[in-house]
Amino acid sequence: MTTNILEMRGITKTFPGVKALQDVTLNVARGEVHAICGENGAGKSTLMKVLSGVYPHGTYTGDIVFEDEIVEFKDIRDSEAKGIVIIHQELALSPYLSIAENIFLNNEQRGALGLIDWNKTNSEAVKLLARVGLRENPTTKIMDIGVGKQQLVEIAKALSKRVKLLILDEPTAALNDEDSDHLLNLMLHLKGQGITSIIISHKLNEIKKVSDAVTVIRDGKAIETIAKQEVTEDRIIKDMVGRDLEHRYPDHTPNIGEEILRVEDWTAHHPQDPTRVMVDNVNLNVRRGEIVGIAGLMGAGRTEFAMSLFGRTYGSRISGKVFKGGKEIKTRTVTEAIDNGIAYATEDRKTYGLNLIEDIKRNISMAALGKLVKGGLVDDNEEFKVANEYRTSMNIKAPTVLAKTGKLSGGNQQKVVLSKWIYSNPDVLILDEPTRGIDVGAKYEIYAIINALAAQGKGVIVISSELPELIGICDRIYTLSEGRITGEFPITDATPETLIKHMTMEKAR
Amino acid sequence: MSDLETKPASNTAAGAQVNPSNSKAGQWLSHVIADLGKNGIFVALIVVVVLFSFLTDGILLRPQNISNLIVQNGYILVLAVGMVMVIIAGHIDLSVGSVAAFVGAVSGVFAVTWGLPWWLSIILSLLVGALVGVWQGFWIAYVGIPAFIVTLAGMLIFRGLALAVLGNANIGSFPAEYRALGNGFLTDVFGEFELDPLTLGVAALAIIALIIQQVRTRRGRASYGQEVEPLVWFVGKLVLITAGIGLFAYALASYKGIPVTLIVLAVLVLVYGVIMNRSVFGRHIYAIGGNLHAAELSGVKTRNVTFWLFVNMGVLAALAGLIFTARLNLAGPKAGDGFELEAISAAFIGGAAVQGGVGTIGGAIIGGLIIGVLNNGMSIMGIGIEWQQAVKGLVLLLAVAFDVYNKRRAGGR
Repeated sequence: MTTNILEMRGITKTFPGVKALQDVTLNVARGEVHAICGENGAGKSTLMKVLSGVYPHGTYTGDIVFEDEIVEFKDIRDSEAKGIVIIHQELALSPYLSIAENIFLNNEQRGALGLIDWNKTNSEAVKLLARVGLRENPTTKIMDIGVGKQQLVEIAKALSKRVKLLILDEPTAALNDEDSDHLLNLMLHLKGQGITSIIISHKLNEIKKVSDAVTVIRDGKAIETIAKQEVTEDRIIKDMVGRDLEHRYPDHTPNIGEEILRVEDWTAHHPQDPTRVMVDNVNLNVRRGEIVGIAGLMGAGRTEFAMSLFGRTYGSRISGKVFKGGKEIKTRTVTEAIDNGIAYATEDRKTYGLNLIEDIKRNISMAALGKLVKGGLVDDNEEFKVANEYRTSMNIKAPTVLAKTGKLSGGNQQKVVLSKWIYSNPDVLILDEPTRGIDVGAKYEIYAIINALAAQGKGVIVISSELPELIGICDRIYTLSEGRITGEFPITDATPETLIKHMTMEKAR
Repeated sequence: MSDLETKPASNTAAGAQVNPSNSKAGQWLSHVIADLGKNGIFVALIVVVVLFSFLTDGILLRPQNISNLIVQNGYILVLAVGMVMVIIAGHIDLSVGSVAAFVGAVSGVFAVTWGLPWWLSIILSLLVGALVGVWQGFWIAYVGIPAFIVTLAGMLIFRGLALAVLGNANIGSFPAEYRALGNGFLTDVFGEFELDPLTLGVAALAIIALIIQQVRTRRGRASYGQEVEPLVWFVGKLVLITAGIGLFAYALASYKGIPVTLIVLAVLVLVYGVIMNRSVFGRHIYAIGGNLHAAELSGVKTRNVTFWLFVNMGVLAALAGLIFTARLNLAGPKAGDGFELEAISAAFIGGAAVQGGVGTIGGAIIGGLIIGVLNNGMSIMGIGIEWQQAVKGLVLLLAVAFDVYNKRRAGGR
């Protein structure tokens, strides 16, 4: 018996025209946490799909050896039967069913006559929930708990299947810091119980925290596997992008002018519960050429602030004043906000930012279609030209602007969203988590775009929960906690420690 | 003209680009295949037509029958135009049959009972249709009740109102000008000939206009550096379309000339085609259907668009009701029964997506024609109404299944 629980040997997987994986070898030792790193599209997910049987045996070449035997999975049930469970980024839970029902979905706890034994279901669920450290009533519906807890339910579900190898695909992408910490600690805890796990992640600091070994994949090839004691962020990044990233943030020389936007006493309440204050008396300003950060944890009211400001697309009982260049403006509808030179790029590209079944061209023109109208009709040749210019200047990687945005990678989708807003020619851009779910190389490009916008004299507000990012690109940072601005720091005073302290500051009660 | 200059970091390929095949023949072939795929529905129509002209020993393609095909299906095609727009926006309208019946009844009151001039009756009837649309659009767009529910209610409400207006009787004998909407022909303007010269002239003009428009579009696209289809294929397609129009016009000219219904339809297809492709309103309809939230956050006034969409549907349902009433020369309580299902089928057979965001006016028209040819062909063959229903249902299912299969193969969602 070797020490490896899993060996993937020389895995090659081709799609029509593309070699997605090329002779990839991955060895995972029993009882370790193994991280897989790589840019989006590098082949991480494909590799995991091969492993879990989503791509059945025969559609790839190479061998998978699990617990010292060669396995040939026909589908995901086969791999689960062997104890390999994959938890995808998009959670596979049914929102209207209870926690217990979800845990035992398709694995129902039966009693007499083959009917479901609810007592057993719920009591078993409680035991599993305890193992993942989730204190919730098993009859609570999934839709009533947060994403962080849903993630834990997924893990509980995996445990119910007697998992030996747990695969987590970007488990913390949608989690705040606290929930992420909990999850990472849980992984270490499960490791103590002998469960091996593979974690796919972009976040280098969490990889460093939990993993015993890191395998980096680039362009469908395994570059190297680094042992824990040799792991450094720089080395991983170098492997991922195939070159040194001397600076993770482009140089930015601020050229700050007069005030372009000022928000006074901005307050917004929860849309369904108008007594709940979500944004509480926010005052802030942005100057021309300035990049201003808003640092806040998830749920601090960042998106709520931005969306209530941008055409009141969030909240109820909204009050406060907005000034642009010293003059008061109204932003009661999205159209009004756009006409007043404000743009808001959402944190959730797929749900709120793009029409995924439509092409790049039509997405870019969407917010400023009026600019393309000639004689009452949209000039689609001009539209094509404009879209092509953005494809070039923003380096959107697609064969043509007629490609559907649903097929682009996260980074390229984000560039389309930014193109859309830049084409509307705003004076102030509010960018909500502009680099979420984007690989390192594309992040750098997005930062460069932000810099270029500031250099043109636009005011940019960047909302983010990644502190290094804010510190890396901003000129000034506000901290937000429980809907209130708790601090304002020129970049010279902004350290992660002070920011975190102000981001977690609670209301005096 | 771009506002932004960035120095993209090199070497960060987030995914390999797929190079299209470089060989010219390969490109040519892929173009033709892509085109056939896109126009698969058109090919399907031709297949159905050829099939039934065999099965009916050529009766299907007799001049009189071709003319009938248009006149008999005119009202469904009018409804299909409005319906596909509603479906693209991600809604549905179940009430159009009842609305058509209601407006038909109301127009009977105007034109027959009250004896108003025919043109005033038509205008007032269309206004009634618009009001129906205002009513339904209000509930859907501004109150936020799903269109399925609002128009299901509308189906009952307007059927009831139609019966109330008719008071359990038929209203009949409409003025001749009114009847022309459903039965009339533009013919013999230049005297009597074997082949109607007006029909042939109009067809010639239409062909010339089409060619000029196609060539201009192609030039325009080329001048902007957009990829255009290979010249041979472009010309070939034009020749095919020209031949199609020519044969169609020949058939009409040797029968009674141009049906008034066809003129109405042609205007609708042209106007709505331009609206859907080139107007801001049309773009907004696609945007709403593709992703409502994203459209809203891009400044699309989603509620207003939805509202006007249903007002438009109301007017088109009214128009369909008028054409149907005019054709029967009778406003009756059973009018418009099942129209909504035929119109919805036409839109889906024509390639509209159930989730919204996808569909074309042209597709819906062809979908409607396929249903029309099926109806007509099976009737000629003497197949009973029961089997006609079953076959139409099967065709709808297969058409959508084929579409789903195609998308999946293309790697869509």
